[in-house]
Parts: sequence; C-alpha cells; structure tokens
Amino acid sequence: MTRGKAVEVFNVSKRFGDYQALDHVDFTIQENEFFTLLGPSGCGKTTLLRMIAGFETPSEGAIVLFGQEIDRLPAHKRHVNTVFQSYALFPHMTLAQNIAFGLENLGWDKPRREVRVAEMLELVHMTAFASRRPDQLSGGQRQRIALARALAPEPKVLLLDEPLSALDLKLRQAMRDELRALQRQTGITFIFVTHDQKEALDMSDRICVLGQGRVQQIGTPAEIYEEPENRFVADFIGETNFLDAEVIALDGARARIRTPLGLEFDAAQKGLSGPGPATLSLRPEKIGLQEQATGNVLTGTIRSRNYMGGYTHFVVETGGASLRVSRRNAVSQAESYAVGQEVRLGFRDESVRVLAR
Amino acid sequence: MRGARIWGLVPAWVLMLATLMVPLLIVAAVSVAERGSYGGFAWDFNPLSYREILFSEDWDGNLVFDPKYLAIIGRTLLLAGATTLICMALALPVAYVIATRPPKTKALLIYLVTLPFWVSMIVRVYAWLIILGSEGFVGRFWHWIGGEGTLLFTPGAMLVGMVYSYIPLMVLPVFAAIEKLDPALLEAGADLYGSRWTTARRVILPLTWPGLAAGAVLVFVPALGTVLEPMLLGGGKQMMMGTLIQTQFGGARNWPFGAAVALVLMAMVVIVLVINARRSIRKEARA
Repeated sequence: MTRGKAVEVFNVSKRFGDYQALDHVDFTIQENEFFTLLGPSGCGKTTLLRMIAGFETPSEGAIVLFGQEIDRLPAHKRHVNTVFQSYALFPHMTLAQNIAFGLENLGWDKPRREVRVAEMLELVHMTAFASRRPDQLSGGQRQRIALARALAPEPKVLLLDEPLSALDLKLRQAMRDELRALQRQTGITFIFVTHDQKEALDMSDRICVLGQGRVQQIGTPAEIYEEPENRFVADFIGETNFLDAEVIALDGARARIRTPLGLEFDAAQKGLSGPGPATLSLRPEKIGLQEQATGNVLTGTIRSRNYMGGYTHFVVETGGASLRVSRRNAVSQAESYAVGQEVRLGFRDESVRVLAR
Repeated sequence: MRGARIWGLVPAWVLMLATLMVPLLIVAAVSVAERGSYGGFAWDFNPLSYREILFSEDWDGNLVFDPKYLAIIGRTLLLAGATTLICMALALPVAYVIATRPPKTKALLIYLVTLPFWVSMIVRVYAWLIILGSEGFVGRFWHWIGGEGTLLFTPGAMLVGMVYSYIPLMVLPVFAAIEKLDPALLEAGADLYGSRWTTARRVILPLTWPGLAAGAVLVFVPALGTVLEPMLLGGGKQMMMGTLIQTQFGGARNWPFGAAVALVLMAMVVIVLVINARRSIRKEARA
C-alpha cells in the first residue's frame, strides 16, 4: 500500500535560551499512520508536537503538512487538532457546544454542525451527555469528549499529548484499545506523545524514540524493542541487561564478541565501526533457566526473586555479573527456584544485540 | 469550643460597632434632625431633608418637584458607570498581557500597576490638573489640533481622572482571573480554528467574567462616592453626590440634608453589593 506523506519534519531544532530542546530532528510521518513520539520527560517530544500544532515555532528547520510548509501559518489556520494532556475542555460550555466550537469557527452551518456533533457523541459513546458540562464528567469521559471535539472538524492529523496519563490503569488500557480502533476507523494520521513505552508498543504503527532532543531511533514497535540501535533505546524501552564485552572481529552487521563471562559468539551489531570495547544488550525474558537454558550456557546463583504475577523476576549472579532474568509463570513452578540456588542459564546468539559503549 | 469561637470574634465586632455602626446610626439620626440655625443640627425629628432631595418650596411656599438633586444622582451614576465600563475595556487587554508574561516580568508589571497607590491620591489628581491644563502636554496637544478653551472642569476631565484613579482596582482582579485560566484553553481555542478575537470573545471573556464583576464592584462603589475628581478636575461646577455631601457638611452647613444624601448614596452602594453577593451565591450553588 502506498501512502502519502502526512507530516515531514525537516532538520528541526528548538532552543529555549541556552537549553537545546530539539537538535536537528528529521523524519516523515505517513498518511493514516499511528505514529508515536516516545521519550523521557524533557526529551522534546511535547515541544515537537506543539510545533506541529502551531504553538511553538522551530528555531531552525521546517515542518511540512501534506506538502504545505506551515511555519508561517498560525495555529488557528492549521488543519490539525490536538487532544490536550489536561483535555482543556471549555468549562463554560456544554459538551455539545465544546464539540461544535471548531465547526462554528470553520463556518459550518447549523444543521451540518448538529449532525456532526451527534455523530461525534455517538462515536465516543457519550450521546446521553450532550447537554452536560465538563465539570460533571469523570476523567475518562472528559478524555472521550476531548477526542470527539478534536475529531469533529475532520482534521488531517490528530495530535495527542499524553492523553492517557491522567487516567487510572484499568481505564488507560481500555482507552488504548479505543484510540487504536478510532484511528483505524477514521483513517486519520495520529501523532501520539507519551513517555509510557508500553502504550507506545501497544498502539503504534511506528515509534520515534526521542532522547536529549535527538531522534534515537524510528521503527515499528518490534524493531524498537528487538533491534535497538543504541544504548539509550535499549535502556529506555523495556528492561535489559547491559554487559561489557570485547568485539574481536566485525563483519558488517555481525560482530564476533568475547565476554568477560568467558563466552565467544557472533551477534547482530549496530553502530560499531571496528573491533574494540562494546556493550551487549540482553533482554531478561530471553535468558532461559535450567531446562530452558539453551545456546550459550552458564551457571549462576539466584540472588533475589520477585514474584510479579504473570512473571517472576530473578537476579542471577554469574562470574561477577548480575543478570536479570524474567520467567513466565506458565505453570506455577517459578516457586521451585529458591534464592541461593545454583541454576543453569542460557541464551541464544540471536537474542544478543551488540551496541557501541 | 463553640463559645470560644464566638469570643474570638469580639475584637472585630467591637471595631465594627465603634467605627461603622455607631457613626452610621449618628448619620441616620442627623438625617432626620432639624437643621440648626447656625449650622449643625438640632435634636428635633424632621424628615424634611429627604423631601428636599426631590422637592423644593417655591416663593409662595408650595412644594414643587425639583430634579436638581436627581440630576446630581443621575450624573453620579452615569460617571461611575462610565468609569466602570472604560476601566473594564482597558483592564482586559492590560491584564491579559501581564498574565501571559514570564513570572519575573509579571511580578514587575503588577508592581507597576499598584505603584500609583504609593503616592497620595490628591497629588495624583493634581497631576492631571497640570496634564490637562493649557500648559500640560495634553492641553497643548488639544490646542495644537485646534481645540478651543480648556479641557479642565468638564465631565470628560472628571472621567479621565476617575478612570485613572480606579483602574488598578479593575486590573488586579481581572489579572487574577486570567492568570487562573489554563493556558491550554487558549491554545484549544486557536487549535479549533478560533482567531485571536474569537478566542478572546468566546473563551477568555466568559471565563474572566467573575474577575470583571469583582473589579466592577471595586471600581463602581468608590466611584459613586468620589469627591476629589469632581472638585479638582470638574472645578466644582459639576456637582456629584460626594461633593454635594461635602458641601452640605461644609459650606452650606446643612448637616441633616448632607446626612440624608449620604444615606441615599449608601443605599445605592448596598444595592450594588447585594446584587453582586446574590450573583456569587448563585455561582457557588451551581459549582
């Protein structure tokens, strides 16, 4: 399927005084894509979103929306809508008036507005609440109305600024599914800002990981998780074990490595230019214990055990390194490994990612 | 416990009683007393002062309706009302600009708004006497564009002085109301295709209404009783209720009539305050 370009960010930088919020950020978002800007707080993700909305201007670079450069276009002339983190519903208006606000400003006539408002209320299952005011709603309901209000004017791009962060856990999960479904249903490009990697992995077509104002990696959730391109991404997304190692030979994307644990094997690498010191990233769930220990096998001692419900997390000490190991509680045998017990652990070559130190 | 709480209020009650209720009762008593032969008053019950507000005796001793004091009341209401409206219109953009500055600039600007309070009111009104006078820059400009006579001693001069004197009382509550607004609401206005003007009219204005109402009371009430501006800038030619009361107690030495006008003025103030109180009670009930 060929898709047009919805948003192109060309080499955008933003400085606030001495503070470099964004440093030469460059990427393209496709039409009809659920695109997530993911990063820790202060990474510049919200600043980037606000630039697309028109609330901030880039210090350098350009933003292009459906082929049109929008840097000089004020916010109220950009055909994008925002779901604000605080929802920013107008407290003095009913929900129907809130949803109709954008349509009025676009000059829609009354009958058309009414049809659209009813449609939107139905879309978010809030029809019965049309004449209520925002302060009479729960957090989740406000969230829905904020969505309806932003979707009503049929924006080309919907911007979502951490919209789920104010909701409790259960509701957040439900809203994730709803948001994803809404995006598929409407076919609108969603740009979703979050610091929550689980949200990002769950919902996105593609994720852009931002750190220290720079793009760290752009890719599908699986690429981001399985093939992190640098230490920052491997560390920020999910849990991982970092191990110091020595690259003894390099052949394109493969590296021959030797670890202080005494193992020598080939693994996928990224960002290395030649032999020398490197870092290994090895996800806790990719290490097998006892009978599941295959590939490179070591022995170690269990130092701690944390029961997490679906998983049990172990810390295993082996040859001076502590490895975090996560084991799915498929059968309730996780209990059977006790703290202090000697275990075999193993991982396969393909589970290891070699990164620049 | 309950008793202790009541006793704690005693100082406040004593203060209110001694400085407000007792003087008020004295004024009320004076307003229905007889005018003294040599000024002051005599303790004879006589509600004639109130009649005098609306009627006067002609040469033959007949009562005729005389609107001269009603005109003063009307002028007072008009000037106070105009002052309030102009203050609102000027304070909104000023308060908006201040509220949207960075914190340090904001503190400085608010300090500047309150700066005039550091100088005596009389001095400040005198300053306008000079500015508007034929040697002042506004007066000179007036002559330069071909204006005739003087700008002073007109209702316009009074209005300028009153707006100047009372506008900080409007800026501060409006500023507080705008500052409380979630900036995201203004962004939402723009995000949903509202121009600056639309956002100001449909989002900022309705949400700062409580601040404007509070400012209106703070400006309108003292503006009703204003004395300095009509005396100095109005040249005493345009009598207002404040100056009327002042002359009755002073030059005219008609204390009962002065007291009666003072009570009418107070009644007007109380009406404004009651309306405002009802409004805020309704609002509390809704919230």
